Amino acid sequence: MSSADLTSERDLPPEREASARGDIAPERDGPRDTGMDDASLHRWLARTWRTPPGIIGALSSVDHKVIARRYLITAFLFLCLGGLNAVAMRIQLSGPQRGLIGPDLYNQLFTMHGVTMMFLFAVPIVQATGIYLVPLMVGTRNIAFPRLNAFGYWVYVSGGLFAWVSFALSMAPDVGWFAYVPLSGPEFGPGKRADVWAQMITYTEVSSLAVAVATIVTVLKQRAPGMSLDKIPLYVWALLVTSFVVVFAMPAVMITSTFLILDRLVGTHIFNPAEGGDALLFQHLFWFFGHPEVYIIFLPATGMVSSIIPAFARRPAFGHLGLVLSLIAVGFLSFGLWVHHMFATGLPKLGASFFTASSMLIAIPNGVQIFCWLATLWDGRPVIRTPLLFVFGFFFTFVIGGLTGVMLASVPLDLQVHDTYFVVAHFHYVLIGGSVFPLLGAAYFWFPKITGRMMSERLGRWHFWLALVGFNAAFFPMHIVGLWGMPRRVYTYPAELGWENINLFISAGAVLFFLSFVLFAFNLVHGALRGTPAGDNPWDAGTLEWATSSPPPSYNFARIPVVTNVEPLWAERVALPVASGLRVDARELIISTVAEAHPDIREKSATPSIWPLLAAIAVGATFLYSIFTPWAIVWGAAPIAVTLVGWFWPKGDPEDEE
Amino acid sequence: MNQRPAIDLADLPTFGHGPRSPTWWGTLGFMALEGMGFALAAGAYLYLATLWPNWRLSAPAPNHWPGTIVTLLLVVSLVPNHMLNRYAKQCAMGPVRIGMVVMSLLGLAPLIVRWFEFPALNIYWDTNAYGSMIWVLLGLHTTHLITDVGDTIVLTVLMFTRHGYSGRRFGDVGDNVFYWDFVVLTWIPIYLLIYWVPRLG
Repeated sequence: MSSADLTSERDLPPEREASARGDIAPERDGPRDTGMDDASLHRWLARTWRTPPGIIGALSSVDHKVIARRYLITAFLFLCLGGLNAVAMRIQLSGPQRGLIGPDLYNQLFTMHGVTMMFLFAVPIVQATGIYLVPLMVGTRNIAFPRLNAFGYWVYVSGGLFAWVSFALSMAPDVGWFAYVPLSGPEFGPGKRADVWAQMITYTEVSSLAVAVATIVTVLKQRAPGMSLDKIPLYVWALLVTSFVVVFAMPAVMITSTFLILDRLVGTHIFNPAEGGDALLFQHLFWFFGHPEVYIIFLPATGMVSSIIPAFARRPAFGHLGLVLSLIAVGFLSFGLWVHHMFATGLPKLGASFFTASSMLIAIPNGVQIFCWLATLWDGRPVIRTPLLFVFGFFFTFVIGGLTGVMLASVPLDLQVHDTYFVVAHFHYVLIGGSVFPLLGAAYFWFPKITGRMMSERLGRWHFWLALVGFNAAFFPMHIVGLWGMPRRVYTYPAELGWENINLFISAGAVLFFLSFVLFAFNLVHGALRGTPAGDNPWDAGTLEWATSSPPPSYNFARIPVVTNVEPLWAERVALPVASGLRVDARELIISTVAEAHPDIREKSATPSIWPLLAAIAVGATFLYSIFTPWAIVWGAAPIAVTLVGWFWPKGDPEDEE
Repeated sequence: MNQRPAIDLADLPTFGHGPRSPTWWGTLGFMALEGMGFALAAGAYLYLATLWPNWRLSAPAPNHWPGTIVTLLLVVSLVPNHMLNRYAKQCAMGPVRIGMVVMSLLGLAPLIVRWFEFPALNIYWDTNAYGSMIWVLLGLHTTHLITDVGDTIVLTVLMFTRHGYSGRRFGDVGDNVFYWDFVVLTWIPIYLLIYWVPRLG
């Protein structure tokens, strides 16, 4: 193939001459990779793309894999903490009127459980998986805006620390993960607990918005030559749609938390009905974010499923186009459902009916996806390994959660079971079934790529069955106890109600489910230290991340692949076509056109920098200080401005010039 | 995995303007999410305005003149802004330097008038929800104004150093032009919402 096949005259306009015109210094050209032997190429690229040694070096890293690894480990730690919250609550509820935990601590526990799982585990871990995999899958050397990505991680960590240090000081939010006013407002939420909720939200949303923008630009502009829209892997599509949903949904929760803190801190009346505000406005704004949030967590998981199934069914996904269109349809529809969280607030009947209809409508594209996956398995020759087992667990669990979802979409039933354990059961089936099971499958699937070693298949199977049984034992009975009328968010219940046996059973299931994660953690550590070496492509899968070594080198690909098929490694079994002509002494990567992925620019990727960390510290300190005084915004502006200037000011590297 | 060379990209340029550059797309992404923030704040205002039949809650009407002057200044600034964009595309250092200085001044001017806009609202943020919402809307836009003017001034200084002679910097100037358009465009609906919508009722 020649360059003419991929690059038409139209796509390389005369700007090339423009670059030589005008008042710009001529490009100080460096050595290129054309014709270079593999050993020298590796030496050059390893030196150019390395993360500097030492602590400052490590803190300056902008390598998407390094940042993603930190994200994954941090999010896993928050999962453990949130899980321990849940275990503590289940021990308290295992019998009637147990005195282990009082109501005040219990309120903090369920709030921290929800906040941690949603904002510190679920969203960060799906985004982190994307930070690791998307650049590899689209065949580029780093994520777009690598420093912004590093900044996002540091802001996320400071938000998480802030919340958990507050919990240690008994200052954690105690108003539920959605912190409704008036309970969280200035009148009924004294102290700083609701402020901690509001600012912690702001931190984590800043971080996830930054990652979303970086992901979108990576997918639109950094795809390997030839990867036109129809050849983008399904996982990458899922992350692209998710990132768009983040961009349009997350501002809603930032507006909500900002309005709340303004009401609490400087005496605005936005949510105060006595002075012309409205408490329901909070719910509208929150759920305008909150419902898409479910799909922010779920869509990447469907992308994982769409990666795992073809690899083990040994054929490309059935209905590729249908799967992509379903993802996009779900992304759009996710914005039209939020009011179904508010059926109990006495909204007009017609409005409620509209949201019932749209809530049922979204089951259609989700159903299309499920049938495409089943067809892929049906037509393939499935090899049952742990990742695929977790996909089966996902089908089973998520379909149950989806069915109770369709039930809850009807207003009369919703009113009956509102705020009962039936709802708790429903959303754990959806979130754990729809997201955690695929994530666990993804962990087994991509672990070899990240560490270069395999996880134990035997322990994996034990883990799967323990998780499936433990999960269903813990959550299925909640449907029943919910229908009996047990409300959520109560720290105990009287013995006369007859709920003790079923609650004891639920608690036993929860402990079993928790143990399955202990086994998983052991398998992770054991695999990383002692696992059998994996090689580049242990599953013989077809997408680009398997074309490089495991773990991938700092520069991902010694030569950028040229894509000819949606499963490039299956289409080019003999030799992978690659591009040449890039500099090896500067961090060069290819910018391509949005639709056709014609190579267009040799762009320089940012070098390591400590400034994103310093900027995150300045931003974090400002947010922290702002729960005490609004002047924090004024005083914090100066250090934030200084660190941002330090971040963007060129340091004279070849990457800064051109 | 075996490899075979398929294309050579040695002749590709090292920077591009507008939609060719990833930074342009990143700027667009931030505009989308910030625009969403504006839209939701405006939506919250309209939600409360339709909820309360006596909206403005017997507060006096705001004095629109400082806001109108800001609007005029912002609209006028679009002309030199787009001239600057043309020079940035041509990588012409002299005119770009002049243009950046002009745009810094045209950024500071509405900011100075903005100072007088807050008292002209004729209500405080903690008087009632109407006051809260118009302070929030004005504050939200002022934050954007301040950050973009700060950004413009830093870039102006940069263009007077040796780092300015780089295609990448001229691309940054183009993206700065793009973002200023956004700051101006978002102001128009907010201006109407603060000063003219309450007069309808």
